Amino acid sequence: MSRLSTENVEVAREIIARYPRPKSALIPLLHLAQEQDGYVTSEAMAHIAELVGCTPAEVLGTCSFYEMFKLHPVGRYLVNICTNISCMLCGGEELLEHAEKRLGIKAGNTTEDGLFTLEEVECIAACTEAPSLQVNYRYFHKVTHDDFDRLVDDLRAGRLDDEIPPHGTLARVRQSIPSDRRAGIAPPEQVTSEPVWLRNFESPSRAQGAAE
Amino acid sequence: MSDLPPEQVPDGVPITINGKELVAEKGELIIDAAERHGVYIPRFCYHPRMRPVGMCRMCICEVDTGRGPALLPTCMLECTPGMVVNTESPVTAKAQEGVLEFLLINHPLDCPVCDKGGECPLQDQTFAYGPGESRYIEEKRHKEKPIAISDLVLLDRERCILCDRCTRFAKEVAGDPLIHFMHRGNNTEVNVFPDEPFASYFSGNTAQICPVGALTTTTYRFRARPWDLEVTESTCQTCGVGCRLAIDSSRDQVLRYEGVDIDPVNWGWLCDKGRFNFQAIQSEDRLRNPLLKGPNGFEVITWGQAMRRAADMLSEALSSTGPDGIGIVGGARLTNESAYAWAKLAKGVLGTDNVDARLGDELPHELVLGVPKATIDEVCRPGGTILYFGPDPKEELPVLYLRLRHAVIQDSATLIEVSPVRTGLTPLARHFLQHRPGEVHEAVRALIHGIPQGRDGGGVDPAQLGLARAAVEQAAASGSLTVVVGRQSIAESSDWVTDAVATLVRAFPEVKFLTLLRRGNVHGALDMGLAPGLLPGRVALDQARDWYGAAWPTVPAGPGLDTAGILQAAADGKINTLVLLGADPLTDFPDRQLAAQALQKVPQIIAVDLFLNQSVQAADLVLAAAGFSEVEGTATNLEGRVSVLNQKVTPPGTARSDWIIAAELARRLDSDLGLESADDIWGEIEQLAPSHHGVTLDALFAPEAADGIVISTGEPAPGRPPTVRFEPGSPLDPPAPDAYSLRLVANRKLYDLGTFTQASPALANLAPGTKLRVNPYDFERLGVPEGRVLKVKSVRGAISVEVVTDPDVLRGTAAIHVNQPGALVTDLIDARLRVTDIRIEVGEVA
Repeated sequence: MSRLSTENVEVAREIIARYPRPKSALIPLLHLAQEQDGYVTSEAMAHIAELVGCTPAEVLGTCSFYEMFKLHPVGRYLVNICTNISCMLCGGEELLEHAEKRLGIKAGNTTEDGLFTLEEVECIAACTEAPSLQVNYRYFHKVTHDDFDRLVDDLRAGRLDDEIPPHGTLARVRQSIPSDRRAGIAPPEQVTSEPVWLRNFESPSRAQGAAE
Repeated sequence: MSDLPPEQVPDGVPITINGKELVAEKGELIIDAAERHGVYIPRFCYHPRMRPVGMCRMCICEVDTGRGPALLPTCMLECTPGMVVNTESPVTAKAQEGVLEFLLINHPLDCPVCDKGGECPLQDQTFAYGPGESRYIEEKRHKEKPIAISDLVLLDRERCILCDRCTRFAKEVAGDPLIHFMHRGNNTEVNVFPDEPFASYFSGNTAQICPVGALTTTTYRFRARPWDLEVTESTCQTCGVGCRLAIDSSRDQVLRYEGVDIDPVNWGWLCDKGRFNFQAIQSEDRLRNPLLKGPNGFEVITWGQAMRRAADMLSEALSSTGPDGIGIVGGARLTNESAYAWAKLAKGVLGTDNVDARLGDELPHELVLGVPKATIDEVCRPGGTILYFGPDPKEELPVLYLRLRHAVIQDSATLIEVSPVRTGLTPLARHFLQHRPGEVHEAVRALIHGIPQGRDGGGVDPAQLGLARAAVEQAAASGSLTVVVGRQSIAESSDWVTDAVATLVRAFPEVKFLTLLRRGNVHGALDMGLAPGLLPGRVALDQARDWYGAAWPTVPAGPGLDTAGILQAAADGKINTLVLLGADPLTDFPDRQLAAQALQKVPQIIAVDLFLNQSVQAADLVLAAAGFSEVEGTATNLEGRVSVLNQKVTPPGTARSDWIIAAELARRLDSDLGLESADDIWGEIEQLAPSHHGVTLDALFAPEAADGIVISTGEPAPGRPPTVRFEPGSPLDPPAPDAYSLRLVANRKLYDLGTFTQASPALANLAPGTKLRVNPYDFERLGVPEGRVLKVKSVRGAISVEVVTDPDVLRGTAAIHVNQPGALVTDLIDARLRVTDIRIEVGEVA
């Protein structure tokens, strides 16, 4: 629960190398920190500041702007129930009430076992499937009260572990960009020729490949 | 000029503001163009010294750019031809009312207890442009009342209107983005990272530019109401930069300094050391009366007794050892007028030339007064190339650092830094040439002529050198090169820097120099002849003997000694009476042992000072002097810019101006300086001092001289002796290497044990302490774990200090900060040697 681990520093350096300026890697690195600890710790923010060469205040300024970065510990599963208009009309508020009773907490809080954090959220762009909710940003559509109870049981029993990683993990597949496909490592003002990837893209062999 | 018809203004942009046709400059913002023509558009976030952000929306006006009138932020829009602006239309007025009503929704109405009340842009503009009442009846936002975001600045987040001025200043101007907007929307606030305070050297400026009472300084909070303040302009004397400031006082007490925006120097900024050391002026420790050392320590005496005693001491010295038995050290604290009076007393009445305003850590006067001089503006001009070798400006000349930073970051100047250690400037340098201490002349020679056979250019990286050479060559050819020169380290002689300048003068006779001086009015003191072999007006003693012989009672027989020479002569028993004219050689002179020997050996010491500092405690007679803001006169900054200092408060007790002390001493020595007021003295300076001829009092006080008058090193007036010229000497060899030692670089930090800093409670605890930094390779050879206190020895002495590794220090180099708590670094330095070599031993000094 602290600075980035040795393995994650390696990942961080790889991410930083994708951008012309190290500071551009700030948000991906905050995700990395959140993936490591479940939330973004102060120590991780100070570490990220060192890695990208800015002040911790700048990291916190960026981090605290975004709701999806948690500055305090949250449960293994972050349950977001939408109560915006479509969901509200289709029973979103009742679903939230049910969830509060079922989990024994008010929205905004975490269960004592540290498994669930319940949040009331604005529109999550699933209006056609209302009422909907997200668990660690994975969607569940047209959720009935029974569905919700089953969902909680499944999560508690670990039956959904394959589909829903712990809070902080955006994707289990780590993105990797080969160095010749990167946008270029020089700051914009020092770039004198077109980016490498553009050259690859426009080369005849590549165009041919695309046609096949 | 811009009231001319459009066709007569080059690049003029004709626009209409409130029905009046006028001409804006190309690229000028509407808000500026309007203000220049007498139309004030209210604003909070806009600040002329920072980039506009359009954050507060207060400056929105109805603007017609040809597509019909629309409400647009005038701080974000450049004037375009035919633009029609209306700052008074009903639509504009309604918009302004709306913005103010919105800003006041969460702003507490605690104006009666707010320090800003009375000088608050939010208060004033609400009164002038506000709706009069609010529709908002809900509870306002509440936050913890002030939180300390640094040792000096407090933040009251309730009052903040999120204008982005402080955060922009921190990032854009100071380069210390330690405060930032946190959270989002209605929860947005300015804050620091937990346990990471806003420890910027420039933090006080944020309180000055805050348009509400959100940021206040610890020193001013709840001390005064703005309508009780009397404001007087003056020039800061903390370092050589000479920032213009306003002294805000009430009931004969200085309560704060605020930066005054003058274009050629400080742009309205002050460093925290300059801003907060006003506390020293009213310190309880100020000397209030003359003191005489008796068997039971110092006793207060009257000025009559003190003057008689001083005159007796000086006449006894004259009769027993002659004029050469008197030495006068110091004078950088004095105004130009006081410096002249003391120069006249010393050289024209006593006849001694053992006078030096420098304390062995400044540049030679031939260099300061004799090279073609550049102003700060010339150095920082857009697109210029700056060759810098001198002290760390962020630590010693902070506002000059801000100007250099702006030049590099905003005005695409190219900076080439030549230094034995990394400085605050290094991250800004296009080329950084790191050389061995004491070999700046080798590095500069290599930079101009390439590395000679058998040498290595002071150890600089050849690849960097090649790039830097090309840049210097190109800049010199196009005339855009300026050189900034100062002492890099007090652990080495100034000869190396002088030799580097000689190389540059020979190679580029047209190039101008900005000479860096660390103390307030050293330049003025040198101008007034407070240096050996020099007379007032930048003339050499030998060349101006007849000129001054005709005006003064006497003139010294020959060139005397500088501070090192005076202290050495005192230690050798050749000085009978030493006058400390606002000098503390025990703290400031690089060779503390020599200073200690001198003070112990010399029979009589007269000190003229504000405080009973270490060296003054050794004096037999102490004369209490009046200090900054208590005396009127002029001062000269490191550019040679003369500006007016104003008196605002009364000196404590019976303390007197320095020039009055000099004048009365002369009278008691049966002579007469013929000087009866500061104005009187300036009159004589203008008449006699060749470099200052023509700079009359009327010229100094003229409105167009509000930024001061730069005394250039040009041809002197006809019939007057020629001014000093810098004559390049023969090139020096590099100092002999010593494979068993590390060569020392000793530098200052902004906050140290200096008298004024220590007498200011707000600053006294900020001195960071010191550690000896060495390259990890050199440290490994010691075979001890890091962080231990070790014994450091030189030929001069030994100290105990913690030794740490620093990969940025070159192998063979050791770096340390002087005048910090815990280690008397100047015990290691020998003023007679050109470099200081040290060895580290395991174990502490017994």
